Amino acid sequence: MNNILNQIGIENYIFLSVLLFCIGVFGVLYRRNAIIVFMSIEIMLNAVNLLFVAFSTYHQDAEGQVFVFFSMAVAAAEVAVGLAILVSVFRNIGSIDIANLKNLKG
Amino acid sequence: MNTLIAISGLGVFCLIAEIFNLRKLLVPVAALGLLAILGLTISEFETPASFYNNMIVVNKFSVAFSSLFIILTIFLVALSGDFYKDHPTKISDFISIKIFLLAGSVAMVSFGNLSMFFLGIEVLSISLYILAASRRLDIKSNEAGMKYFLMGSFASGIILFGICLVYGATGYFDMAEIHDLSQGLGMPVWFPIGVALIVIGMLFKIAAAPFHFWAPDVYEGSPSMTTATMSTLAKVVAMATLYKLLNDLMPTLSPKVEILIVIISILSMTVGNIMALRQKNVKRMLAFSGISHAGFMVMALLSLSTAATTLLYYTAAYALAGIASFAVIIFITKDKDNEDISNFNGLGKTNPLLAAILTASLLSMAGIPIFSGFFAKFMLFANTIKAGHLIVVIAAVINSIISVGYYFKLILAMYTKEATSEKPAVPFVYTAVAVLAILLNIVIGIWPSLVTNLLS
Repeated sequence: MNNILNQIGIENYIFLSVLLFCIGVFGVLYRRNAIIVFMSIEIMLNAVNLLFVAFSTYHQDAEGQVFVFFSMAVAAAEVAVGLAILVSVFRNIGSIDIANLKNLKG
Repeated sequence: MNTLIAISGLGVFCLIAEIFNLRKLLVPVAALGLLAILGLTISEFETPASFYNNMIVVNKFSVAFSSLFIILTIFLVALSGDFYKDHPTKISDFISIKIFLLAGSVAMVSFGNLSMFFLGIEVLSISLYILAASRRLDIKSNEAGMKYFLMGSFASGIILFGICLVYGATGYFDMAEIHDLSQGLGMPVWFPIGVALIVIGMLFKIAAAPFHFWAPDVYEGSPSMTTATMSTLAKVVAMATLYKLLNDLMPTLSPKVEILIVIISILSMTVGNIMALRQKNVKRMLAFSGISHAGFMVMALLSLSTAATTLLYYTAAYALAGIASFAVIIFITKDKDNEDISNFNGLGKTNPLLAAILTASLLSMAGIPIFSGFFAKFMLFANTIKAGHLIVVIAAVINSIISVGYYFKLILAMYTKEATSEKPAVPFVYTAVAVLAILLNIVIGIWPSLVTNLLS
């Protein structure tokens, strides 16, 4: 495993993760459909998980892989709450377009 | 450590109490339990220790801040009983979520490992998402919850990426190891990038400019009880954590970082105060006031060696004044569909005690002597001048003067305008919480050494 990491190089893993993370960030900033925004947040978190595993192999240290379990569990809990909020939004305004959420201004 | 276990246990107990039909007793039992935990926490003050391979580190800093959080939660739980009177079947959920939120915040000031920090911040944030959207038939609460969720999880993603880069650079999650390694030279370039990402994520959570844009909407839309929690407890927790993180990850601030902190501090203070001047909604006004206070608190980081004491004092003063003012605001706006300043017209005649408390807490936030807000600002400015940053202090003094303008708008409405409606009798708990909070505020204002000697 370490051999493959040496051949590919840790930098390439970082570039890939940063690229995925940026796709997630731009998804959150530009998409208006709430489900797609949620998916973009998941892409952000999973890009980080990928990098955690790569660094874990790079350092020959299992801690990074254990951290991935934490962050997956947390991400699941977070998105569960988010979907619950989304359901109540949909019941009230009949749409999941977050551009409709602009009652609060001042 | 015992604090964290006891708080989680109390949270589980509050959930189970629902089954045994203990709803009527729940609020007093939870408050008493929290008082007992406060005693337990204080007993650990003199015995620093670390638990579970350095996952949790108990020291004077963590105990002092945990005690402050527990006191704030006791006030918030005490207010919940009356606030959620219309939802008797859900009271145990609301109270246990508040207690789990406290568990997250205690984890955030006593972590010794970045994984504990991440779990703490997520427990805190997820509880707050639920509380913000808890009035599910109200479209404003839905919107606030959704906005807070999107911004919060976006910030969590950024923090997680920062943690990942710090791990990649050092190979450790342990704060003590990272602290030692960060002193040395030859760190990969990922390390400063990782630290910067963590700090940006935390600035989102404190709502410091330029990451503040979510705060006014979320504060206005959430139920008043949640706004009180966010603007006092959550802000104080995030600030204490930011200090703890910086203290370990960046023990010596380079001049470039100092300039960034100065810019963020001045920007938060100015944006918060200027925008607060033109608000009609009280909760929105306090949101902007909170942004400007975040600027003041960030300023404390400039003198990192004395920052712990200054921050403890400033956050205690700000949070106690916030609790006192929100106890009054929650009572006044309970049955209204908006929180406009006109609701407070003539409060000075119809209910002099509540008006006096609200005035006192606003004066404390503005920084008028005998209230602790004054000494907090005084100490902060003195330390910052000593660290050699005169410009930011001048900006802060000007901002303090501007802030008096909007606080007095509310005070004048209470004392000079005629009342439009008769107020019902005040439930005892609102008066009790508001009086206690403002008395604590005045006590630490008259004897600042009570707090300042704790961490020195």
